[in-house]
Amino acid sequence: MKKILGYSNQISVFPGERIAFMVSSEEGADYEASLVRILHGDTSPEGPGLKLVPVPGPIDGSYKGRRQELLAGSYVAIPDSPLFSALGSFTVQAMIWPTTPDRGAQSLIARWDQETRAGFILGIDVKGCLSLTLGDGRGKVEELSSGKRLMAREWYFVAASYDAEKGEVRLVQDPSVDHAMTDDAAEAIHKVTGNLGDAKRPLLMAAHFEEKLRSKIRTGNHYNGKIDSPALAAGVLDRAQRERLLVGKASPMEMAQVVGRWDFSVEIASDRIYDTTENRLHGKIVNMPARAMKGYNWSGDELCWRHAPDEYGAIHFHDDDVYDAAWDEDFVLTVPENLKSGLYAVRVGYGNEEDYMPFVVKARKGSGKGKAVFLIATGSYMAYANEHLPTDAPLAQLLAGRIPVLYPHDVFLQENRNYGSSCYDTHSDGSGVCYSSRLRPILNMRPNYQSWIGGDGSSLWQFNADTHIIDWLDAKGFDCDFVTDEDLHYHGLAAIEDYAVVITGSHPEYHSRQMWDAMEAFKQKGGRLMYLGANGWYWRIAYHQTCPGILEVRRAEDGTRAWAAEPGEYYHSFTGEYGGLWRRNGRPTQMMAGTGFTAQGFDVSSYYRRQPDADNPRAAFIMEGVEDEIIGDFGLIGGGAAGLELDRADRLLGTPPNCLVLASSENHTDIYLVVCEEILINYPGQGGQENPLVRADMVFYETASGGAVFSTSSIAWGGSLSHNNYDNNCSRITENVLRRFLDTTSFETACRGKRD
Amino acid sequence: MYKINPDDKHLAEEFRRNRIGLHSADLQKLLNVFRGAPTEGKFVLICTKPHEEWVLAQLPKTRGGKLHMHHNRVFTSIEEAEWEVFKLRWKHYTGEEFGSLSRRQHQ
Repeated sequence: MKKILGYSNQISVFPGERIAFMVSSEEGADYEASLVRILHGDTSPEGPGLKLVPVPGPIDGSYKGRRQELLAGSYVAIPDSPLFSALGSFTVQAMIWPTTPDRGAQSLIARWDQETRAGFILGIDVKGCLSLTLGDGRGKVEELSSGKRLMAREWYFVAASYDAEKGEVRLVQDPSVDHAMTDDAAEAIHKVTGNLGDAKRPLLMAAHFEEKLRSKIRTGNHYNGKIDSPALAAGVLDRAQRERLLVGKASPMEMAQVVGRWDFSVEIASDRIYDTTENRLHGKIVNMPARAMKGYNWSGDELCWRHAPDEYGAIHFHDDDVYDAAWDEDFVLTVPENLKSGLYAVRVGYGNEEDYMPFVVKARKGSGKGKAVFLIATGSYMAYANEHLPTDAPLAQLLAGRIPVLYPHDVFLQENRNYGSSCYDTHSDGSGVCYSSRLRPILNMRPNYQSWIGGDGSSLWQFNADTHIIDWLDAKGFDCDFVTDEDLHYHGLAAIEDYAVVITGSHPEYHSRQMWDAMEAFKQKGGRLMYLGANGWYWRIAYHQTCPGILEVRRAEDGTRAWAAEPGEYYHSFTGEYGGLWRRNGRPTQMMAGTGFTAQGFDVSSYYRRQPDADNPRAAFIMEGVEDEIIGDFGLIGGGAAGLELDRADRLLGTPPNCLVLASSENHTDIYLVVCEEILINYPGQGGQENPLVRADMVFYETASGGAVFSTSSIAWGGSLSHNNYDNNCSRITENVLRRFLDTTSFETACRGKRD
Repeated sequence: MYKINPDDKHLAEEFRRNRIGLHSADLQKLLNVFRGAPTEGKFVLICTKPHEEWVLAQLPKTRGGKLHMHHNRVFTSIEEAEWEVFKLRWKHYTGEEFGSLSRRQHQ
């Protein structure tokens, strides 16, 4: 079990900038902190071993340990208002689509104080029925129930009216769809003897207020499901008034009674909640519940929320949503001016306990002229952040072709769901996780990390697998700078334009439009791209436009998906862009890198066989010193250079016509299967032993602007570079390419025999 | 629908010889049944010393539940663990112990 965890507020910084670190020492133990440069995070005795280079500096020393809680669960918070305190009789109402109505008490709309037990909660009771809880703040709490169970994933109009004069509560539970032999509609009237106490707390939706903490609040009874069109009015509304309020057709006189009517379809891309009344009781969302969700009135006429926002007035809340852990800061590092660009981490630990908080130090603008830059795939790391597939997904063992090996971080994440999930997981209610944040400890973005999905052998994945390449660059003496996906997203071409070569990691899978366009612009200006991995530029993502450190993935209608977005929910809430595969956005990876995702399997890797194009004079510089027919029949990842996920060239998907296929992998096991986006009509023979699409194509092509692209098309490639003390055909090929790519002499672009 | 047949013990011998990697179609079919079982109670390994030691465990029924660790089943190689789990699963599906075969084959 992990006993110390932390995260930083930034993922990349320039020398001289400040980066803050937040740490939870779970048992309160004091700890030491130090800065290290990460060169090689693989602990395997078969490889070069762990290489974490200490960087003495001002943060070195002992720190007071304290436990910091990670409070999961999303909700809406409307700041407290005198209008809430003035309530006597009231009506509270909404449309709801509960996903776990049978999972204990959940609060829908609440102005409540748990300590004094004052206020009201419109909620779902322990029996799964709509309920209203009234507390007078003097010890009397009454809970009234509709008496009819709500069904999961059905829309209901729900309302509760409290008539202070009559001492009466009316609960309305009105299903949108009537099912035969189903009894889930109710209109229940209860006598009450208590009064409505003044909670003096904010109005919350999808949770209720429990406790004020130093810099945040603790909330309880988190609700799973959608809420649409919530409203609160003074006085008791009748049926017609409730219905007019729901659809925004209340008369001016009726509106005078309305305290707040919140329209979640307004400012969907923001973290703000908009009150349509002139009381302007605007609020905000906490822990990033899913927006741009189909509302109760979704017609299906439009599939994009930007075209019919009024049909996307629902927010889907989850009891395990996490955005910003918002831990208190423990220390700050001012990055030394002379610190070389690289991948670093602050290590915190005591005894045998430790954690690493990684970040990138960038080079100052203008200092990278003619150098290579390594693109650290922070977007992809975030998409995978804290994934739970080996414990949650029955298919994990089938994918791995082995018994999954779990590590301490997997056990911790299984037992501590409040650390949030990855975009490969589902929420506790079964809906897909479409947002992922780095403002929380990410246990699988660490040196030392091993993964169930990383193949036989070292079993590395994403962040730590990329250190195989970083180590190789260092061992070969290449002076390489580092940037992150976020730099590329926010700064575009400016983040990489100084450099001659961009080198990717093993699996740069997630890219925003800004990232794609910046890389394409780099290529168009003669830049050189070394894609040392596979399944890159696969999913389209969006970063939030105002909230830092969080991205969105909509698993739209195609591709290798751990879950599927609901029809009508394919457009990013953060930007309004169509989500899903870049291939389904008209940009197959072949257009970027010459190859694109074709097959995957996670047991053992294979090798490449040299292809005729390797003897093309244009490729002579790549194959210089490599006479072997077989390339990469060794390595730390599955025992070969071609493994885990594989890409192939395909002219029809955008591979340039001048692309050379230098080598192709073969003889993969039947755990490797063709990706589903290739299968229009399913048919037998999709495995590695039979299907020619199960291969990695190593390719090279020149761009029209004198630049070039080299792609290995295999995630496992990096794991072969250190074999035989870095003296092997994979290492030689990579070095040959990088040395030529660093030479700014233009590649030939003219077509021989073509007239000017 | 394929069902595991106790007469398929020759597949066990194939697995014992090569536990991770390319298998015959018949063995792969059998392994797919083993590995495709529901999550609850499913065998996994927990690495207790990196690259050195693994403990057999079973997944819990619910999210957030504790894994059940079999502290008396500790392995010093993943291949050894694969064989042990194969035998446990064989017994689960066929009711037959694999002891005699495994003793003979380990000799």
